[in-house]
Amino acid sequence: MTPLLFIEQLLNGLQFGVMLFLMSAGLTLVFGVMGLINLAHGSLYMIGAFAAAAVAAATGSFILALMASLAAAALAGALIELTIIRRLYDRDHLDQVLATFALILIFSEGTRWLFGSFPLFLDVPAALAGPVTLPGGIEYPTYRLTIIVIGFLVAAGMFALINRTRIGIRIRAGEADREMIAALGVDIAKLYTFVFALGAALAGFAGALVGAIQSVQVGMGEPVLILAFVVIVIGGIGSIKGAFVGALLVGLTDTMGRFLLPQVFALFMEPSAAVSIGSALASMLIYILMAGVLVMRPRGLYGVS
Amino acid sequence: MNLRNAALAASMALIAATAQADVKVGMITTLSGGGAGLGIDVRDGFMLAVKQAGRDDLEVVIEDDQRKPDVAVQLADKMIQSEKVDVLTGIIWSNLAMAVVPAATAQGKFYLSPNAGPSPLAGKGCHPNYFNVAWQNDNLHEAAGAYATDSGFKNSFVLAPNYPAGKDALTGYKRFFKGELAGELYTKLGQTDYAAEIAQIRASGADSVFFFLPGGMGISFLKQYAASGVDLPLVGPAFSFDQGVLQAVGDAAMGVKNTSQWNKDIDNAANAAFVESFQAEYGRLPSLYASQGFDTANLLISAMDKADVADADAFRAALKAAEFDSVRGDFSFGDNHHPIQTIYVREVIKEGDVFTNKIIATGLSDHVDAYGAECKM
Amino acid sequence: MSRETYLNIATLAVLAGVPLWAWMADEPFTITLATRAVIFALAGVGLNLALGLGGLVSLGHAAFFGIGGYAMGILASHAQSYTPLIEVPFVIEGTKSMIVIWLVAILASALAALAIGVLSLRTSGVYFIMITLAFGQMIYYFAISWPAYGGEDGLSIYLRNDFPGVNTLMPMQFFGLCFAILCLVLVGMNLLQKSAFGLALSAARQNETRVLSVGMEPYKLRLVAFVISGAITGLAGALFADLNRFVSPTMLSWQMSGEIMIFIIIGGVGRLFGPVIGAMIFILLEHVLGGLSEFWHVYLGALLLGIVLFAKGGVIGALAGREKAHD
Repeated sequence: MTPLLFIEQLLNGLQFGVMLFLMSAGLTLVFGVMGLINLAHGSLYMIGAFAAAAVAAATGSFILALMASLAAAALAGALIELTIIRRLYDRDHLDQVLATFALILIFSEGTRWLFGSFPLFLDVPAALAGPVTLPGGIEYPTYRLTIIVIGFLVAAGMFALINRTRIGIRIRAGEADREMIAALGVDIAKLYTFVFALGAALAGFAGALVGAIQSVQVGMGEPVLILAFVVIVIGGIGSIKGAFVGALLVGLTDTMGRFLLPQVFALFMEPSAAVSIGSALASMLIYILMAGVLVMRPRGLYGVS
Repeated sequence: MNLRNAALAASMALIAATAQADVKVGMITTLSGGGAGLGIDVRDGFMLAVKQAGRDDLEVVIEDDQRKPDVAVQLADKMIQSEKVDVLTGIIWSNLAMAVVPAATAQGKFYLSPNAGPSPLAGKGCHPNYFNVAWQNDNLHEAAGAYATDSGFKNSFVLAPNYPAGKDALTGYKRFFKGELAGELYTKLGQTDYAAEIAQIRASGADSVFFFLPGGMGISFLKQYAASGVDLPLVGPAFSFDQGVLQAVGDAAMGVKNTSQWNKDIDNAANAAFVESFQAEYGRLPSLYASQGFDTANLLISAMDKADVADADAFRAALKAAEFDSVRGDFSFGDNHHPIQTIYVREVIKEGDVFTNKIIATGLSDHVDAYGAECKM
Repeated sequence: MSRETYLNIATLAVLAGVPLWAWMADEPFTITLATRAVIFALAGVGLNLALGLGGLVSLGHAAFFGIGGYAMGILASHAQSYTPLIEVPFVIEGTKSMIVIWLVAILASALAALAIGVLSLRTSGVYFIMITLAFGQMIYYFAISWPAYGGEDGLSIYLRNDFPGVNTLMPMQFFGLCFAILCLVLVGMNLLQKSAFGLALSAARQNETRVLSVGMEPYKLRLVAFVISGAITGLAGALFADLNRFVSPTMLSWQMSGEIMIFIIIGGVGRLFGPVIGAMIFILLEHVLGGLSEFWHVYLGALLLGIVLFAKGGVIGALAGREKAHD
């Protein structure tokens, strides 16, 4: 193992972490403000990817595809917020889990009904295809670097939105004391619809961005959903900062685990068994991390009790 | 497209149900959820052959297993106990086949596998009533290993998901690959990001890469591999280059060599007619899975011409003879009822706007699987 | 008697009557479906103790269901191949005896529930949901990649295991066995709910401070409930594996946890017969809707949504009225 490979894997871990942050930012926002567990977050991610694939196929423009993913997911989000989700704010977590689980079933099979059972095509734009050479001689895919940049921009944008804007003040006030800001004349219902649509748009945007280097297919949202939950639970639910730290932690742990564990086991086992056992442990590693964090800090790293 | 399929299946079921059937077939396959594309192809291929045969003594009952083994077991019970079927078929996934096949054949039913071929069923667990019309699971990987050896590769990097079929794939490849291994990796089942694996491939000093990553995993890997700038030649089994997924991979798959026992350009009359009629019926190119479904139905129909299903010994002999025009050309069964067939090497090309494959070489001729010796029947 | 009691009796009558009719009409598959409903109901009754009475929303109960299933699969596969389970330090043979298998399943899942519970119960609310999910996923990935017992392919058993005096291969007799276990567990659960422990557990759900102030520890109450709950679900897992003569990691997946939870919600959270009615309806829906359309999940989803939004308290809540006030 060369130091260069080690650095490249660190970069991969960072990149995977940023990807996870994009996937989970909307989820943690919605939970933080409305106290809602939204299992259908993965479906919104899928809707974004499908909308992007459809528009990219029709127009050939990646920018338009990204805009379509934002619009489609925000629209779907606003729609389900107005019809279904707003009835769930006062319910317990159990009802929320179940209702949004039902939404997953509807969205998944509905998408399959619309688009068919075969995966769709969505590719990175030509300008970002292929690798660039980084200082030190690492060849790295341009598109992945772009994702890292976009991830940091989104993180910065969300910090700014929450901490610097009028809407952000209302969101923070709503988190702290719902009745009070309603009494102050803020239209809580509108605020919630906005926040939910924003969370949905973020999910859809992530779906389109990540879908370009992965597979756009029905069911693509479910593994993402589980990962996103792992991230926000580690970070402390509702905290954007926590989601960011949690995402990087999970991304690094997962990537370095996949890379290093088989090699560590190979030190004292025969190679094929080491690969097998190392990989098995690597696939469990992020869940072990999450259980460990929660045992130490039952409310996550940045959660408020 | 889907509506049409559904309508077709429904109307066929209706026709079939009104006729007095002599042979009743239970098809358990995956029609909903993420893996539905494969099941739909097998079903469409199978029903096309049934329709073309136009027989009124053949009835097909189709059920969706949702890719869940326990649902598949339950459906098999239903078909055997309530529907009283004579023949079962349709299962796509090895783990579902392992759950259903041993019990079904033990109850005296015939099972014709249109896709899965787990090694236990070819070896120690073989059964006189089990016929595999697709391949033993290792076959395509073995051909990939043979092709890599023939191409003069000395140092392969191999990767597959960490589950039984993944381990079988690497075993199959290594059985016929004579060079060294630059690295061996098992990925998480369902993994979608392969940056870490690709970095290790780049650093390994390999001269070729063999991968088995079915479904969405393969699509993700190919796209990310193409963007990484690593330009080692890729070899893999047909599953990641099938007609159904190829359009979703796009340019990233161009030129990749993959192994398959079927392709649409295999030159025989049955295949030409199949490709044409499938396109006319469903408006899309047939896939590997569709060809397997089509062959399965034709094998069954050929046996019905020669024997009565009530006479199990005669019907079994008729199946074993495999006297039907396979779309892959020569086809016969080995002693363990698995195919003896030629496996080709294909290359991904673009025809107009459509990505597809063309045959460029023969991987293994008249290939027999490795487990027949363990089969006592 | 209350309306709920009548409803419960009717439920049991239907659950036993349908397979009896099917037996006489020679429809063995209907008996298999009913057996499936009984076993799912049992798994639900297990979860309902933690979820309904204890207020512990566990999204990881598939772990116990699967561990029970693997207890049966591992013991029976060793018995089938005449190889001992372990030889060092002492020999343990496999077995085809259901009674032994059940005991092992109960013990193994109880131990797993104890380990998971000790760590998970330090958290609450959403964090509890997610940490149980995490433990479930850990065991799921372990089962998929552990090669000794089939990995993702799972384990097939050729014959059902043995129970003295019963021919378990006959669908009706196996149904009877499962039904008897369900009834026993329901009786036990009824006693448990009314016992001092059950009341204290319920109180801890409603008002933790009050329970603390009378000197009881909610953590211990919940841990005991979680362990019993896991053990019952584990027993159901062993029966489920025997019904299918097959066990695989699918039994451990998070969708399975979701399904067990769905039985409870459909029937009514915290009601003794909630999971029983829920599992019956779920099996019926799966069977009827599955035959209607390839896209039957859409209908299932819509129906679930309707129940959550408009029929709070599930079917029992809708038919038998709200529970008597607790506080």
